[in-house]
Amino acid sequence: MENFFTRYKNPLALMAVLFIQVVALATQVKRPEGAKPGSTGSGTRLIRVWTVTAFTPVEKMFVSTGHFFRHGWHNYADLRGARQQNKELQDEVARLQMEQVRLRQDADQARRLQVLLDFKENFISKTVAAQVIAFSGTEQSRLITIDKGSRDGLKPDMAVITPDGIVGKVKDVFRLSSQVLLINDHDSGAGVILENSRLQGIVKGTPLGELQINEIMSDEKVEPGEHVITSGGDRIYPKGYSVGTVIASTPDHENDPFLVIKIKPAADLNRLEEVLVITEMADNSHSASAGPEPMRAADILSQRLPSVPKLDPNAPKTPGGTKTGVPAPKASPTGGVQPGIPTPKTSPTRAIANKAATAGGGQNPVHWNPPVTAPGTTAPGSTSSRAGTGGKTQPGSAQKTATPSGAAGASVTPTPPKPRATPTKPKVPAAAPGSNEPGAPSPTPASTPEPTPGANQPATQQRSPR
Amino acid sequence: MNSSVSLTSREEIEVHRFSWPVSIGIPLLAIFLQVFLNQSLMKVLDLPLLVTIFFAVARRRPIPGMITGALIGTLQDAWTGHPIGLFGIAKTIVGYLGSSLGVKVDVDNPGSRFLMTFAFVLIHRFVYMAISLQLVGGSEAWIWSHTLLSALVNGLAAVVLFAALDRFKLRN
Repeated sequence: MENFFTRYKNPLALMAVLFIQVVALATQVKRPEGAKPGSTGSGTRLIRVWTVTAFTPVEKMFVSTGHFFRHGWHNYADLRGARQQNKELQDEVARLQMEQVRLRQDADQARRLQVLLDFKENFISKTVAAQVIAFSGTEQSRLITIDKGSRDGLKPDMAVITPDGIVGKVKDVFRLSSQVLLINDHDSGAGVILENSRLQGIVKGTPLGELQINEIMSDEKVEPGEHVITSGGDRIYPKGYSVGTVIASTPDHENDPFLVIKIKPAADLNRLEEVLVITEMADNSHSASAGPEPMRAADILSQRLPSVPKLDPNAPKTPGGTKTGVPAPKASPTGGVQPGIPTPKTSPTRAIANKAATAGGGQNPVHWNPPVTAPGTTAPGSTSSRAGTGGKTQPGSAQKTATPSGAAGASVTPTPPKPRATPTKPKVPAAAPGSNEPGAPSPTPASTPEPTPGANQPATQQRSPR
Repeated sequence: MNSSVSLTSREEIEVHRFSWPVSIGIPLLAIFLQVFLNQSLMKVLDLPLLVTIFFAVARRRPIPGMITGALIGTLQDAWTGHPIGLFGIAKTIVGYLGSSLGVKVDVDNPGSRFLMTFAFVLIHRFVYMAISLQLVGGSEAWIWSHTLLSALVNGLAAVVLFAALDRFKLRN
């Protein structure tokens, strides 16, 4: 027996070492549910923690030294052409400032519409800039190590981006560093939307380090060059961030009814130096609620539409069914709101939403500011009830009522743009003569006899007696 | 010559030794460079594997050779997103085979070094793939062109690197 061990000492030692490693490997692969292999906390291999922790200071030092010399060159020696570049940049700034105004208007409009639609979307509220200090060093794993860790607030599954596009997600977090799984690793995945066709799918990495979408049916048309953005559905990457560009779309022969869509990553994943880790996402509903409170679409429309006199329950009915003095039902510009007739609550919402949809989100002609409704304010679902005295208009609500902003809005709304009431105005007058405030009862006698066709007709009716 | 000498029943072979700083520093430097340099060459060049082969062949003792491979591979695993042990097992086997081979053939000749490294890269890749596919359930793809290119590059690099590392062999 002793001879056996002596004679086969080396193979036995090899088998023992391999056995230990295989067992160690098996414990990582078959882990209990809830403890991902390689996750932080108890799930992280100690050897991984030790190795990364030991190497991180050295790599940081090397990276810092390299940056010192590189920045030194750029800052002091490579300033030729700075004057010309400065002039170009100033022109660029001027152009961007003009563009910013337009974009700000679009963004404001989008936020207002999102409030109206109770649309929830996450925005990036806090990021941490990090430097890439190491790579996996092998093609089998596409992983980078960054110089920020749990001390800087990083946690697993946080999204990592660059200004060009998404990079990956945080996988393991150590105290001073973290490992980031790139989106082109074959273990990665992200929910995406094709920007033009709005097709949704999951982009995954391949063993070759390419990006692919596989779950799109082959009867869909996907053109090369189409941009791919994040869908936000994976709850890791914020919606709307660039993922890449379609470079090829071919039928998947192994998975017949589907396409293989190859994506060129927007971020240069092979030359990463600085990245941003998204450490906080804010729900835009919070930011929206910080402003005016959401108001029902019916109320908004009732303020935008011409005032309708209070219905007199004792008034005789016309043959057409409408009460005397109330304009006959007309097709309103919003496509269904008829003055004097209780309107379904959903129709105004749909009308505005449809306008938003048809406008493509960029040139929406409906411009309005969501008004403030104080708690307890009745939000009637009809224009008639709103126009009546029963509506409790709170002080200050008059100056915050929806007002068209911009020529486009004015072109669609039935009433001309109204000047905002002064902030000191405590309350909407009950019946201010000449006032066009929608919340106030119309000064016009409720006996305007002949409604004329046309979207602006009710407003005309109000003004004509004056 | 330039190392301690041990005798076997068949032939006289050289068993080289290295100082502790070299035994520890060179593998760590190889791992550091592997993960620090983000060049395309590093995607096919496997410095830790070359160092494993060099130490295993030079020491000509299977147990130290495979332990060296196991340690280097495990440290290299720490930088990947894979379960730890894939490179460890692959390099353990390479270390063992390298030290066993060093007993039998002349491994100081540049030609034999190239061929030996070429073969070990293929073995390393094969073992890695087998473990990844069978034990871990990975989705690795065996790409012949890439594997052969990697073997070729590593073989050529080994000729240069081994010649440089020969300087660290201790002389008696």
